[in-house]
Amino acid sequence: MSIAAPIRVDLQLIADMVSPGGRALDVGCGDGSLLAYLATFKRVDARGMELSQAGVNACVANGLSVIQGDADTDLRDYPDAAFDYVILSQTLQATREPREVLRQMLRVGKHAIVSFPNFAHWQVRLRLVFGGRMPETVSLPYKWYDTPNIHLCSIDDFRALCRDMGVRVERAIVLNSKSRPIHMPPLLANLFGEQAVFMLRRD
Amino acid sequence: MAQAAGAREKDVQLTGEAALEGLTEAERKALAQCRHAILGKDRPLKLDCGVELGPYRIAYQTYGTLNEDKSNAVLICHPLTCDQFVAEKHPVTGKEGWWDTLVGPGKVLDPARYFIICSNVLGHCIGSTGPLARDPATGRPWNLNFPVVTIADMVRAQAALLDHLGIPDLFCVIGGSMGGMQVLEWAASFPERVFSAVPIACAAHHSAQNIAFHEVGRQAIMADPEWKGGDYRAHATVPARGLAVARMTAHITYLSEQALQRKFGRSLQNRDALGFGFDADFQVESYLRHQGSTFVERFDANSYLYITRAMDYFDLAGAHGGVLARAFTGSPTRFCLMSFTSDWLFPTRESRTIVHALNAAAANVSFVEVESDKGHDAFLLDEPEMFRTLHGFLQGAANARGLRNGH
Repeated sequence: MSIAAPIRVDLQLIADMVSPGGRALDVGCGDGSLLAYLATFKRVDARGMELSQAGVNACVANGLSVIQGDADTDLRDYPDAAFDYVILSQTLQATREPREVLRQMLRVGKHAIVSFPNFAHWQVRLRLVFGGRMPETVSLPYKWYDTPNIHLCSIDDFRALCRDMGVRVERAIVLNSKSRPIHMPPLLANLFGEQAVFMLRRD
Repeated sequence: MAQAAGAREKDVQLTGEAALEGLTEAERKALAQCRHAILGKDRPLKLDCGVELGPYRIAYQTYGTLNEDKSNAVLICHPLTCDQFVAEKHPVTGKEGWWDTLVGPGKVLDPARYFIICSNVLGHCIGSTGPLARDPATGRPWNLNFPVVTIADMVRAQAALLDHLGIPDLFCVIGGSMGGMQVLEWAASFPERVFSAVPIACAAHHSAQNIAFHEVGRQAIMADPEWKGGDYRAHATVPARGLAVARMTAHITYLSEQALQRKFGRSLQNRDALGFGFDADFQVESYLRHQGSTFVERFDANSYLYITRAMDYFDLAGAHGGVLARAFTGSPTRFCLMSFTSDWLFPTRESRTIVHALNAAAANVSFVEVESDKGHDAFLLDEPEMFRTLHGFLQGAANARGLRNGH
């Protein structure tokens, strides 16, 4: 595989959660770097779904199994428990129905791995409280009018949704602004975490 | 370019085969430039229509060499009016191979790496048994007594050819349009024999609109007084005008509105002003007339009826209880589908339907829509994005199969 170069820290964390040799579906796989990593280093039967046709074409040209598709509508096609892992990295906040997407992920996969930016990060809070403007940060780089992120949430919001859905949190890793894992009580993690990676399963 | 296949040569002699009698000139030329096998001698082919056909002849061409563990065989399934001469000068028309953009040294399908096979489909007219052949029961050409064949029948005949060549399974089955239908049928009927499948610009069934266009073509042929109820050879005539009209109609469906506009617009043909008559005033008319008349030289009218019928009858979901996903249940095959943005004969949504079904079967599938304004014919043309996709997909599949570069 030609593009199994070093991958983004959050993707590496996700990859580390995947046990070797299984089947994984990366929803919103972008340029396919996580897929390539999983296929090469973890011998995973890795498949991808990506909204942008250009992204899909680039992935397939690199030998990856990727189709054009939308997390909101196209997970429904897959049968129950078709994958060991269904991965959604930095995409949940851009879906129209995050709760339904999560439900579908946990139906199609034995585990779901989700990463998302934390809207309760202290920089976000400061910008809004003292700047009086919609926050723009490294992990949320868009203007309010052109952001694809329509369903932002905090780490605590996400935990609440998991509780509400009766979903078991198998692992939760909170990353600081340098993409390093931090170990803090939930209240502080929700303040200092810039993004989070959750591994879930149906209870 | 057509290298020795190393396959069995014994029964590819042109002389002495009863089944070869009554060949047309075009068939003789074709068979002299390719191989053929007489199949179904002991075990006739059970056709979908109920008829048992045998013996029958399958003409085929090969490029490259089968490797030691027989893991590098690629089957190309040809579309309606192409044939087994994929990457070489055509023995009848003298034109370059229809897919030599894809097949050849240094190209995506390189004979140095793959053993590439393309067989003329059952019912066709470039060397394989079809309505031109002789009915052993009467000694006369089958004509319209030839049984109606289906895409599945064509694929069964290809499978029989592989048995004959001693090839257990295929690294890849690839084809566009009707070829893509065959690829889908292969994956559904012989999943264990198909490591990877590339159906391009096709659909899991022929749409009402596509059947309608085919019907116009068939009616044009049958309305030609020279058709003689399909027995035109006995009358030493050819329903040339009917077949040409059929080709002209079909040819329009292979192009896009943009492509026609770009190529011809309203430009006049060899004249400065409108002729106020019914000559080919416009370049587009002249082009279509040329397409029609050259087609007649290489294609048999009855065969055109049969092959278009086979496409019309294709309905993979229908053959699996109305649920397309069932055609692919438990499929071990790696799929790569491709469509083209301006193809209105087999639009992208048709490929997407197949992708949805493959997802529902949890099959390994890639799908790429290629941006092109060249219509359905884009799959036969120089489309770099298609080549990049195919190269990447085949490389990934080769890695998965442990197929080394070279052999």
